[in-house]
Amino acid sequence: MKSGTYIKQVNRPLQFYAVLFLIVLYVPVLFLPLFSFNDSIYVKFPLKGFTFQWYIELLDREPVWAALMNSIKVGVTTSVIATGFGVFAAKAITRYSLPGRGPVVGFIMLPLVVPGIIFGVALLVLLSQLGIRLSLYTVTAGHIIVCLPFAIATMIPRFEGFDKSVEEASADLGENAWWTFWRITFPMVFPGILASLLLTFTVSFDEFIMAFFLSGSDATLPMYIWGQLRFPQAFPSILAMASIILAISFILVFLGQWINRDAHSNTFESK
Amino acid sequence: MMLQKSETLRAYSLLSPTLIIMAIGILVPFGILIVMSFWTQVGFGFDMTPTVANYEMATERPIYGALLKRSLWMSGMATVTTVLLCYPMAYFVAFHVHRNKMLWIVLMTLPFWTSYLLRVFAWKVVLGYDGVINSALMNIGLIEKPLEFLLYSQAAVIITLAHAWAAFAILPMYVSLEKIDRSLLEAATDLGDGPVMRFLRITLPLSLPGVMSATLLIFIPTTGDYITPALLGGPDGVMIGNLIQKQFGAVNNWPMGATLAIILMLSIAMITLVFLFATNFVRKRIS
Amino acid sequence: MTQDNAFISFRNVNKFFGKYQAIDDVSLDISHGEFFSLLGSSGCGKTTLLRMLAGFEAVSSGEIYIDGQPMSGVPPHHRPVNMVFQNYAIFPHLNVRDNIAYGLRKQKLSRAKRNDMVDDMLELIKLPEYGDHKATQLSGGQRQRIALARALILKPKVLLLDEPLGALDKQLREQMQLELRALQKTVGITFVFVTHDQEEALTLSDRIAVMSEGRYLQVDTPTGLYENPVSREVASFIGTMNFFDGTVTSIKDGNAVIKVDGLGEVSAPVGTMPLMAGNTVTVAIRPEKFLLTDDKPDGLQYSVKGQLNNAAYLGERSHYYVSIEGVSQPTAVSTQNRGRTKEIEAQNRPVWLSWDSAAIVVLKDV
Repeated sequence: MKSGTYIKQVNRPLQFYAVLFLIVLYVPVLFLPLFSFNDSIYVKFPLKGFTFQWYIELLDREPVWAALMNSIKVGVTTSVIATGFGVFAAKAITRYSLPGRGPVVGFIMLPLVVPGIIFGVALLVLLSQLGIRLSLYTVTAGHIIVCLPFAIATMIPRFEGFDKSVEEASADLGENAWWTFWRITFPMVFPGILASLLLTFTVSFDEFIMAFFLSGSDATLPMYIWGQLRFPQAFPSILAMASIILAISFILVFLGQWINRDAHSNTFESK
Repeated sequence: MMLQKSETLRAYSLLSPTLIIMAIGILVPFGILIVMSFWTQVGFGFDMTPTVANYEMATERPIYGALLKRSLWMSGMATVTTVLLCYPMAYFVAFHVHRNKMLWIVLMTLPFWTSYLLRVFAWKVVLGYDGVINSALMNIGLIEKPLEFLLYSQAAVIITLAHAWAAFAILPMYVSLEKIDRSLLEAATDLGDGPVMRFLRITLPLSLPGVMSATLLIFIPTTGDYITPALLGGPDGVMIGNLIQKQFGAVNNWPMGATLAIILMLSIAMITLVFLFATNFVRKRIS
Repeated sequence: MTQDNAFISFRNVNKFFGKYQAIDDVSLDISHGEFFSLLGSSGCGKTTLLRMLAGFEAVSSGEIYIDGQPMSGVPPHHRPVNMVFQNYAIFPHLNVRDNIAYGLRKQKLSRAKRNDMVDDMLELIKLPEYGDHKATQLSGGQRQRIALARALILKPKVLLLDEPLGALDKQLREQMQLELRALQKTVGITFVFVTHDQEEALTLSDRIAVMSEGRYLQVDTPTGLYENPVSREVASFIGTMNFFDGTVTSIKDGNAVIKVDGLGEVSAPVGTMPLMAGNTVTVAIRPEKFLLTDDKPDGLQYSVKGQLNNAAYLGERSHYYVSIEGVSQPTAVSTQNRGRTKEIEAQNRPVWLSWDSAAIVVLKDV
């Protein structure tokens, strides 16, 4: 009470809780890299020795590389398409008076909420009735649907973050809609686009449920891992793979969020 | 008036790619799913004569109802756990972090974006028979034999679900807490409320919308989860999602799977409506 | 030590935010039942002072007394003060009645008694029909009244008002000023009022503290501040003031003879100001204290010839800017438009400015 503002008093128990929360949030995940360097095929304490063996083993496995390439192909295609459509959708949602905005946005955001399994089986049923063979294309299609809400949700704050009058000023100064978009809107929302690309790539790269129902003979990386989970002797190599995937995902998501951080601060702190 | 009309047109033309994809990806499949739920599996093909036999079977055979109930109960538990554990965290970041707020938010939500499968897998490693907890406890001599209840139990599934969906719960609660005007809290204090009463009379009611969306955002998707129960649930932890998945896999009875998916959706929709109705009622009563 | 009649006392109060000193050794007394205003531009410390009184900011050093009680360590919810917030801070999830009754919880009143009190308040703020309205559906002026009622119902010893009229449009603001003044007389509570609007402060207050950079420059009645400002800063903050540089040539019986650049030699009362011959001073004259004429008038002590540069017609009065040889800034003159005023005539015509020694304020700083 002696120092500082009444409402802003430090709350020690809450601080302690917050740190504990973060630890519990991260520690289970961090056991994966920890044991991936352990020189034992059993995942248990005490740790034996330090080894790169499980990582080196991965390099020699043809299916791992194939699965990785599949995941990258699907991820890149998904992120580009979802982000591309997402830009226009986010602009339409934020910039125009849109009759029925609430229901439309709610509809688009459905894949965030509806259980993945329901989407998976529904799409599976559709594809089979249309006679379309399951392949990486069908997985990509499923991923685009899953990723579009993420892309749009990432870019909406970006559009809301800058004033519509800036675009109007450009129009007033003689640029048409197309050039206004390229000279004003695009540079302003670019961090959002970049963030959306990174985030949707990660979501697709890590996605499992759609891949589970919609992939054909070509497996994505999470599907490959799922297949390996049956074999106890494959455990250490799964740990190594998981560690690599987690590391990449963490970096991409962190980058994406960080690039886009001022968009969030706009929406969260403008009030 | 003309301007308005052309603006609406422009907006919808910008939205059209997304809307078309979503229509093809959501509406059409759901339509077919509903239609298929009235079909019958015959060997590797379907008998397309409409029949409610699947629904009859789903209501008559107790296993379906029991699994559905258990799924709803387990994700309900996971939801309550998550919301209760995450609310203080959201509160902390909204009211007690003044610098690097964004960093905290990114840190809290980061795991959510990464592989769900791997996060579940991590809990298998932690809770397993030979896993981190058991081997650590045995090493320091606290237990003789591995604790069996850790893995393959409902508790394991609930813990894992709560952990996996934490970030999803924090965001909406954080946003609604952050939106609360700080002068309202000062006003409540000025009018005589201590910290506890202030929280109960101002902060909590004003953050309820965030708590509600967090609740729904976790409850709805977790009811259909099948990965977590498959990896960690054991026989006691099987959920309706596992059953649906089996109909499209090993059992190969797609119409039955479709029926179960529809039943699951309807149950979720009903519970959501009841929940919204109840919270609305309670809110009206409070104020 | 507090003065005997002081109801609120600031004693050597300092406030630091990190290294930034928001309040610089303020000692100030406010009497019971007074309408006291803290006036200054943003960042001058007026709001900080108010928030320290409310308990939202702790003092870094010094002490604040309310009704003789030291306030250090007393949290806001235990202080005998209530506040009207700048944005009103109306609870959006409660209706008007529950907003007003908010602070009554602790008093454990019967429902009937509480309803009566709220009804009285609704009557007082002239919103008797609005009890069941949602607070968010109300206009700015109505919310402002609810914020007032919510605080007054608790019968605080002091009511704090943080720029409560700032968000209202001009007409409503003027009406609310009158109501606020009347209300204060009715309830007889000490009001401490923060504003950056000098006209508002002059209209409402018994006394005003003009603040700048964490301290007050002068505490006085509206008339005192306007007629006898103690410094250039106060003089220019309250209303418009013309400043002229001068040098004291002689002093006798509280009257100084000053040689003023461009105006010549004038004599003016300086009271007990510690001045000596040879000191440089500022001579200040309000625009409306001048007489503006085409020809040199009789009957006034001093006259000087100038050139009319610029004029603005403002309805009830007109503003003129006159340049005088030897004075760098144009001199502002304000006249009442009595009778029917003609179009102001061509610029750059010669005019006379006249005044007498009662119009002159002598300021020590230059």
